[in-house]
Amino acid sequence: MRRPSYIEKYLPILFPLPAVIFIALLMIFPILYTLGLSFTNWNLTSGMPMSFVGLRNFGRVFAEPRFLDAVWRTLSFTFLAVFVEAVLGTVIALILNRTFIGKSLTKLLLLLPLVATPVAVGIVFNLFYDPTIGLANWALSSLGLPQGLWVSDANSVLVSLVIVDVWQWTPMITLIVLAGLAGLSEEPFEAARVDGATQWQVLRYVTIPMVMPTILTAVILRLIDALKTFDIIFAMTGGGPGYASETLNIMGFKYSFEYFRMGQASVILIALFFFVLLCSLGIMKLRSTSES
Amino acid sequence: MKKMLTSTVILLSSLCLTTGAFAQTKEIRVLLANHPYGELLKTVIPEFEKQSGIKVNFESLQESQLTTKLTTEFATKSSSVDVFMTRPLQEGKMFNKNGWYEPLAKYDFSDYPKPVMSVASAGSTPYLVPLVTEWQVLYYRKDLFQAAGIAVPKTLVELEEAAKKLNSDAVAGIASRGKGAAAVTQLSSYVYNYGGLYLDKGVAVFDQPAAIDAIRYYGKLLGTYGPKGVTSMSWENIMPLFQAGKVAMWTDASVFYGQVVDPAKTQIPAANVGIADLPAGPKAQSPFIVTSWGIAVANQSKNKEAALKFLDWASSKDLAVKGMLANITMARSSVWKDPKVLEAVNPGLVSTRALAAEKGNAFDRPYMSAVGEARDQIGELIIESINSKGESAKLPEMAKAKAARVNELLKDAGEYGQP
Repeated sequence: MRRPSYIEKYLPILFPLPAVIFIALLMIFPILYTLGLSFTNWNLTSGMPMSFVGLRNFGRVFAEPRFLDAVWRTLSFTFLAVFVEAVLGTVIALILNRTFIGKSLTKLLLLLPLVATPVAVGIVFNLFYDPTIGLANWALSSLGLPQGLWVSDANSVLVSLVIVDVWQWTPMITLIVLAGLAGLSEEPFEAARVDGATQWQVLRYVTIPMVMPTILTAVILRLIDALKTFDIIFAMTGGGPGYASETLNIMGFKYSFEYFRMGQASVILIALFFFVLLCSLGIMKLRSTSES
Repeated sequence: MKKMLTSTVILLSSLCLTTGAFAQTKEIRVLLANHPYGELLKTVIPEFEKQSGIKVNFESLQESQLTTKLTTEFATKSSSVDVFMTRPLQEGKMFNKNGWYEPLAKYDFSDYPKPVMSVASAGSTPYLVPLVTEWQVLYYRKDLFQAAGIAVPKTLVELEEAAKKLNSDAVAGIASRGKGAAAVTQLSSYVYNYGGLYLDKGVAVFDQPAAIDAIRYYGKLLGTYGPKGVTSMSWENIMPLFQAGKVAMWTDASVFYGQVVDPAKTQIPAANVGIADLPAGPKAQSPFIVTSWGIAVANQSKNKEAALKFLDWASSKDLAVKGMLANITMARSSVWKDPKVLEAVNPGLVSTRALAAEKGNAFDRPYMSAVGEARDQIGELIIESINSKGESAKLPEMAKAKAARVNELLKDAGEYGQP
């Protein structure tokens, strides 16, 4: 008779245990392992065993101009892309929130970029962007506009990549905001109309504030994802020309799997982890203030 | 209890023995590259399985992914790879230092030229079998040359003049790789022809005047007469342009000849495609001629006997002849004297190989363990030079900094100052 009570006593621990073990093994362990690696000089090309080097990797990576450029690039790519996506996504959601013929078809079409494989998207956009035989330049020149070098030029590569990211991920924001709009209660709108608010005023003072928490949720999700963007950039430019589109994630990949400097690569990835954490915390704070 | 345990162990081990005896078919795991020779091997592997009774599980990977996969598997000691295709210049030094290659003391290497063997062995012990050689050539459009009334350039000065004449809005005068690290191998012959080197006896010397002049020339040539966006182009971007008739001349490795004249892939008739020696520079005519691919047995393989059998077969003379007939330039010397082969192979390939074999340089990149990172460093110079059409005032200083960086990498790996 003692056994059931023993199980019952530990029930609150037993039930969540599988989930806790799962998270510990697959999420916490890799992070701690990476952190551990960042203090070692593990280098696959040297043929020497790893040894503890303290903070030397951090010093070496942080002093590297290439790293600072990558930080700046990661942040500007992310904020530019997510800002455009948030604005565009919300506008499209507001338009789609009315009833019109072909609404469900439009929604379905909107889903297509979301389900496309990023590497395939990258390859197709690379064909578009090709300066000599690409569609983008052909279109520009037939409109009498000057042609661009797109991903082939250090000055335009980041914006060209942002365009691809916007094309692929705006629909996600649209869908989330649409769901938020559908869940709003009718009363505040009626009250506003009774008070004689114009359509613009309803949008500005009722709809947007009410749907803001949803927009911010969508933005958090996108921000975290955009900071970690790898597939599209790697498939399209590999970080080039030169290092002109090398974000932290790409740099981390190069340091680990092309240079095989695992210690320094870990430093880069920890920096990226830190930025993602910081961004999420910031937006979560913003969200709680907008809710209250 | 103890008795039961012992009897279980005996039972289990006898079970293992019997299954071992019944498991006649041996299996090996082979990693191939996405290279014409890898493709060829894939098609004939069933024949090998039939005659040897060994089952071959193969995977094909793109070259840089192959390096990454092999390195991570070997370094983490979790590999089940038995045989693999390998790039001697890219991986050789590092893999050998880490003891990942199985020494091949018993293999008959008499059919391979000496320079080829220099990157296949450490001291007197070979560790890989060379498969494919590549050398740098000039591909050109015979029809465009005829229309412009000019001869095939013999020197780099003539090359620039020809590029200038042939360059138009529709067709770029010349193309060669401009994409940083990927361009390092193609720049190498230009550097040699200007009398420079990347590494000299284990010290970075690409900041010396001869190399800088070559980098400036390469930048001027591609920046002025190259296709648009050349700084993001490797061979996989340039080849379609050449095949579409958008490029008049192209300097790259000989390995692409087959694809350039393949009627299924190109819009220009094969008769209009010429192949010539890379023009001579002010100091030399010394194009690279490298062992781009070899094949090796993994040191940690548990099926070495079967693996060696596969290696012998995959590097056999019969398959080398088959490779030659598929326009793959094989490393074995004897196939280049085989009349059946010579009849089928383009004479341009034979003559350019003859020059490269006589005067060429056996390296197309800095030969060191940290080659990937060193290539990125030199790649920055190439991009700077192309963007400034060879005029950049920063170039010498940049080169000095990059050379210092490469020397640091050499020191880190204990290779500094070693020939």
